[in-house]
Amino acid sequence: MASENIENVIDQPEVMKPRMVTIEIAGKKVDVPEGITVIKAMWYAGIDVVRGVGCLGGFCGACATYYRTKDDPKVRTCLACQMAVQDGMSFTMMPPFPARKATYDIQALQDPKQDLFNLYPEAPLCRNCNACTEACPQKIDVREGVWKAVFGDFKSVSEMFMDCVMCGMCTPVCIADIAPNLVALYVSRAQGAHFTDKPVGLDTRIKEIQDGTFKNEWAKILKMNEKELAEHCATVK
Amino acid sequence: MDIHALQQIVHQTRDARRKQTIPKFSPTDRDHLIHKYHPDFRASAYRPIKFGPNEGDKTVVELATLLEGDSSIQDNVDLTPQYSCDVLVIGGGGAGCAAALHAHHAGVKTILATKLRLGDSNSVMAQGGMQISVAPEDSPVTHFIDTLKGGHMENDHTLLKVMVEDGPSIAKWLLELGVLFDRQADGNLHVKKGGGSSKPRLLTCSDYTGLEIMRVLKDEVINQKIQLLEFAAAIELLSDNDGNCTGAIFKDLDNHRQVVVAAKSVILATGGIGRLHIQGFPTSNHYGATGDGLCLAYRMGAKLAHVDTFQYHPSGAVYPEQLIGALVTEGIRSEGGHLVNAKGERFVNELDTRDVVSSSIIRECEEGRGIRTMSGRVGVWLDTPLLDAEHGPGTVEKHFPAMMMQFERFGINISKDPVLIYPTLHYQNGGVKIDTNSETNVKNLFVAGEASGGLHGRNRLMGNSLLDLMVFGKRSGLTAASRAKSMKQGALTLKHLQQFRTIAKKHGNASGVISPMILPAYTRKVG
Repeated sequence: MASENIENVIDQPEVMKPRMVTIEIAGKKVDVPEGITVIKAMWYAGIDVVRGVGCLGGFCGACATYYRTKDDPKVRTCLACQMAVQDGMSFTMMPPFPARKATYDIQALQDPKQDLFNLYPEAPLCRNCNACTEACPQKIDVREGVWKAVFGDFKSVSEMFMDCVMCGMCTPVCIADIAPNLVALYVSRAQGAHFTDKPVGLDTRIKEIQDGTFKNEWAKILKMNEKELAEHCATVK
Repeated sequence: MDIHALQQIVHQTRDARRKQTIPKFSPTDRDHLIHKYHPDFRASAYRPIKFGPNEGDKTVVELATLLEGDSSIQDNVDLTPQYSCDVLVIGGGGAGCAAALHAHHAGVKTILATKLRLGDSNSVMAQGGMQISVAPEDSPVTHFIDTLKGGHMENDHTLLKVMVEDGPSIAKWLLELGVLFDRQADGNLHVKKGGGSSKPRLLTCSDYTGLEIMRVLKDEVINQKIQLLEFAAAIELLSDNDGNCTGAIFKDLDNHRQVVVAAKSVILATGGIGRLHIQGFPTSNHYGATGDGLCLAYRMGAKLAHVDTFQYHPSGAVYPEQLIGALVTEGIRSEGGHLVNAKGERFVNELDTRDVVSSSIIRECEEGRGIRTMSGRVGVWLDTPLLDAEHGPGTVEKHFPAMMMQFERFGINISKDPVLIYPTLHYQNGGVKIDTNSETNVKNLFVAGEASGGLHGRNRLMGNSLLDLMVFGKRSGLTAASRAKSMKQGALTLKHLQQFRTIAKKHGNASGVISPMILPAYTRKVG
């Protein structure tokens, strides 16, 4: 190990002496190195994963997984690409869940706050069990979000669900058959399309482009030879 | 040493560093640095492509091997189509969704096929933002100049002009669909300054810009009832007797059956190549970034541009092990985060272009001023707590919630402690050569997004990718749709493949691999 510079080496006992741990993948016991991610543990165990892997960066929600740690009865949720395995852990990936998604033309909505109840009539039936919030790997207060949606506070919902990766783990646990992530998606889009200021500066810029405001500048730049263009570029800082 | 002990130097030198200004390199120094340290200039990693439209051009060995690879399709395969459409979009990321939505909106029958799920892509991970010149002190011309500088003056001017001028109307389209871009107090779009840009121009949705755009576009694709073929990997294109593109063959990854789709036009929106792990680099890319579209288009005779240059994003995580290669958004540096070596010194202007910053990090590490991990990796510090010191406590948490959460899962609080980073394979600067309608030199074959080439020159400017996807997704979708109305479906043949095989045979058929790769082979085969 890089002896010339030993003072700048980070201690990582898990790398120097990888410890094998026994975990259970979908009910089958396997030995894998401690600390690798859940998804890497599946590859290590020789499992080809096609469904259940997407961005590998914690953003796409493809790898929604249920897991339990040793001797703990509580089944928790995680994104398989963002969770390290530990001894005695058992996990299984969540299959695609048949939640109902309403379809709508977001721009054509006349009264989006009322339309929520037509599109998702189950939304106001929340029984406050809080299972959705507990199931969220992104730590969103999902239950609170559903209530805020129902009470028409679309702005708060859109802010609370900016972290939502649409993994859908809030859905199978709902005893009122609400799909909170889909409700929040509708609410956020409605917030953006109907209840947010129109940016005036953007329209001005679009009009400037249509009117050819930059025509002369373009003409000047596009007829420059390579050297002139490079010199011009150097002046822009 | 304990990581916290090593981090002390960053905390100790913070105040002194805040007073420093690091000038950008002169053009000569910059070229010198890049030639010496950037992975694009590591000659041993490159070889000439042996045959095909880019015969003799150099690219990385990993890609050359796949481009020369053989198809998995037999000559005598049944080409009776299971599906027919006007526009077939291959790829479910940003470019694919934009293409499908615009084609569908123009009133033609559209199918979107993707090898994973709709939306599983790099687009969903884009954190830094989207460059669009909306600020009064900015202009499309300045956007053009900045991009050109970033691309080492090799960008295709016509493509670039189109992108910067279409930008504002793209922002409007996304807003109308409900995308929640960050705003100023007066309701105008908030803009941030990105690396290599002379003006603040990045539109953002906190550090979830790509996720927010993709949530909306995916929802819209479903609402519009565009026909989807998920877990369908494209394995070959189809051509008529004149060599024009007429459809594609897919492999259904659930049941391994082949699916033939007839289409008047095909739009490849298949993304990049990070999962080829060029030169052994870790990658920030998604699971399916295996360059499939490049192989398919190349076999069909489409010319590639700038396939010798790749972008290594300066800040990929090096520690902890679980996050290796994962992106630490450039937004941190946009807001003033310093790069710091093991001696507690800054060594580059953090807002220089990605190739310059990456090269300088590699220089620090190769010259012994890096910090090593026990798995043999090396990196430098990115001073994230500086943002809280500079802009007030809570800044990191408020502006970078995605990144906070990612590291918190492994017990690291990035608002308190700096993170260790090293360049990670991020983007394919080049790709299939296209015109302003996003069409290749093969008629009725369009390519949009990262799979296309020419626009970004030799180094893509931060924030230009999301815009590229939307602009050329739209252009390809609209052009393919308008053409579909006045043409008939062409014959479905594999003539292009027979020709490719004949040429390959002449060159000894050396590569010996089947392409496209579809998914990386991460599954352990032993034990």
